[in-house]
Amino acid sequence: MLDVETIDSILAKFPQPKGNLIAILHEVQNHYRYLPEEELRYISKRTGVPITQIYSIVNFYNRFSLKPKGKHVICVCLGTACHVKGAEKVINEVKMKLNIDVGETTDDMKYTLEEVRCIGACSLAPAVVVDDTTYGKVTPKEMASILAKYK
Amino acid sequence: MGSTNDKEIVISVCTGTGGIAAGAFKVIDAFEEALEEHGLKAKFKSRTHKVGCRGFCAKDVLVDVAVGEDVVTYEFVTPEKAKAIVEKHLVGGEPVKKWLVKDDYHAFHTKQQRVVLHNCGRIDPESIDEYIATGGYKAARKAIFEMEPEEIIQEIKNSGLRGRGGGGFPTGIKWESCRRAAGTIKYVLCNADEGDPGAFMDRSIIEGNPHAVIEGMIIGAYAIGSHEGFVYIRAEYPLAVDRLRLALDQARERNFLGKNIFGSDFDFDIEIKLGAGAFVCGESTALMTSIEDKPGLPRPKYVHTTDKGLWGRPSNLNNVETWANVPLIIDRGADWYASIGSEQSKGTKIFSLVGKIKNTGLVEVPMGIPLKEIIFDIGGGIPKKKKFKAVQTGGPSGGCIPASLLDLPVDFENLSKAGSIMGSGGMIVMDEDTCMVDVAKYFVQFCVDEGCGQCTPCREGLYHMVKLLTDITEGRGTEEHIKLLEELSEVIIDTSLCGLGKTAPNPVLSTLRYFRDEYEAHIFDKKCPAGVCRELTTFVIDEKKCTGCTMCARNCPVGAITGEKKEPHLIDQSKCIKCRMCYEHCKFGAVLKM
Repeated sequence: MLDVETIDSILAKFPQPKGNLIAILHEVQNHYRYLPEEELRYISKRTGVPITQIYSIVNFYNRFSLKPKGKHVICVCLGTACHVKGAEKVINEVKMKLNIDVGETTDDMKYTLEEVRCIGACSLAPAVVVDDTTYGKVTPKEMASILAKYK
Repeated sequence: MGSTNDKEIVISVCTGTGGIAAGAFKVIDAFEEALEEHGLKAKFKSRTHKVGCRGFCAKDVLVDVAVGEDVVTYEFVTPEKAKAIVEKHLVGGEPVKKWLVKDDYHAFHTKQQRVVLHNCGRIDPESIDEYIATGGYKAARKAIFEMEPEEIIQEIKNSGLRGRGGGGFPTGIKWESCRRAAGTIKYVLCNADEGDPGAFMDRSIIEGNPHAVIEGMIIGAYAIGSHEGFVYIRAEYPLAVDRLRLALDQARERNFLGKNIFGSDFDFDIEIKLGAGAFVCGESTALMTSIEDKPGLPRPKYVHTTDKGLWGRPSNLNNVETWANVPLIIDRGADWYASIGSEQSKGTKIFSLVGKIKNTGLVEVPMGIPLKEIIFDIGGGIPKKKKFKAVQTGGPSGGCIPASLLDLPVDFENLSKAGSIMGSGGMIVMDEDTCMVDVAKYFVQFCVDEGCGQCTPCREGLYHMVKLLTDITEGRGTEEHIKLLEELSEVIIDTSLCGLGKTAPNPVLSTLRYFRDEYEAHIFDKKCPAGVCRELTTFVIDEKKCTGCTMCARNCPVGAITGEKKEPHLIDQSKCIKCRMCYEHCKFGAVLKM
């Protein structure tokens, strides 16, 4: 169901949609945790930005997702410092435990696994962000216990 | 130290991303509770103080405890330790010696010259008053009230400041072109889309001292004749975004931004533009396209952005660190600035020193400092007595510098001569356990994932380079593979549309230049000398060295290791997934990579 009220209240923050579309999409995604199609069409109608342009942005930028995400988003950093310090083992641990691949969500909609290229927390390598919390110097064993915290 | 009578007590806690992840907020709460509990809050002027990143993230949570003029620094502070510090140090009057920072903390700082980072880790980044108290916004006032725009540009030119984002273009010349460009509406932009993996200089500046960047932009805007500024910042840096937003609001409240700033007739304001996870948007033209609400596609640069940039108007883009240098130059003068650094690279440079290094963190050094001083004196060398192999600078556009060049003075010219680049300042240290072919593959794969897909050489060429590198790391490499890699590199460098493509082959070329023997070992001996490439590595246990401590067996995730306690263990090769866990956990060097 199209949620007009939410979108209207987000759009109200941006009296001038020009140059603010990415910001608007960020807000919509923060609210729904993804970008629902009906809402995008409504934004297009309200702002006059063609739906094709909205989709071109949504598809280009990695942060935007057209698929619903799980309750918890596990984001493993694969920046260079994390790479040389064994991030691959950490991400494999998550894949094994949750039985999903990168970009996928568990069937119960609890967890989504994502990878990111450097969150700038290199001194904490390998780093993992779960929802809004950053964990540093994560070993595969610790990754398992971190996962257990998020139910 | 003695009694704390009537002296002000200030407890400064690092609250950068590193500090917070290590538990800084819990530490602050613990200090607050303990101060309250012991009545120190009522009796004395005592408070906790949030400061930005102090650079030595490996020691987080770092805490300065100041009693009057006496300051000591504690490392690895936890909430439990915080309570004990209040009891023993502040009530008891004796610092807790065993938790104080050690020699490595002092060594980390001795050879640094913290100019741009001076206030990071000292002031509360969320307080404009603290920035002003250290002389903040003095330079902006001086520029607006005492200097002509041309004079400011000349001062920046005289200082020798070059862009800190990677290219090293002279900042003053860029400003001059933008000032001279036709048009009345001009923009100043700040590139805070720090995408290079392994780099967090800009994040730390914004998290630790956001007003310095704003002040730099005010000065630049006045010199160029611009009234609108934008900071394009990564959405992956939520704390930096929040602190910058707060700083902009505070500056507006004081009328340091907006109409008639500082009471002058000059108008200027800054808006934040969030990125959305595209590395290519760090490229200047792509960044501007992204602000225009389009996919971040770069365009050819025969028309300079200083003439036609954002929305087709003259635009001046500098990165965070460059902007943060500007107030210092205006305040202390070009001569002071030019006295730091080497012949053609002036000032200091901030590096994020990470990877296989003891003292990971953020360091600021004068340009021209020998590489080995950064790695061994400041960085403390390689952990676990491993051998230094290389340092990677410049992110995916850069290259790897081998041990034979450790005497290299670090500046724009010398890094480029060595086949790498300064880049934005990521410095990733690699030891003997790092495979250079794997590293090259990592970076090219990075550029494949992050490329925009517009031009064929980059899109198709890099894809095939990854295929060739994968062949090599999986044991299918031939001599022809190296030839093809070199040929492809040349074409991609010559014909790609933007800087991302033009520099993407650098990690391959530089590893081929310095570590060709590793490529050859993969190809001809079918061995990975570092034991990273799974298909080319076998792990075995040396019976003579194995003490039967069972450490390897307990850490093997697939149960491939068997053996009785105090008896040599054995790896079942049919079960082994080559995860290296046994190798990393063995304390006796009994697990061998073959």
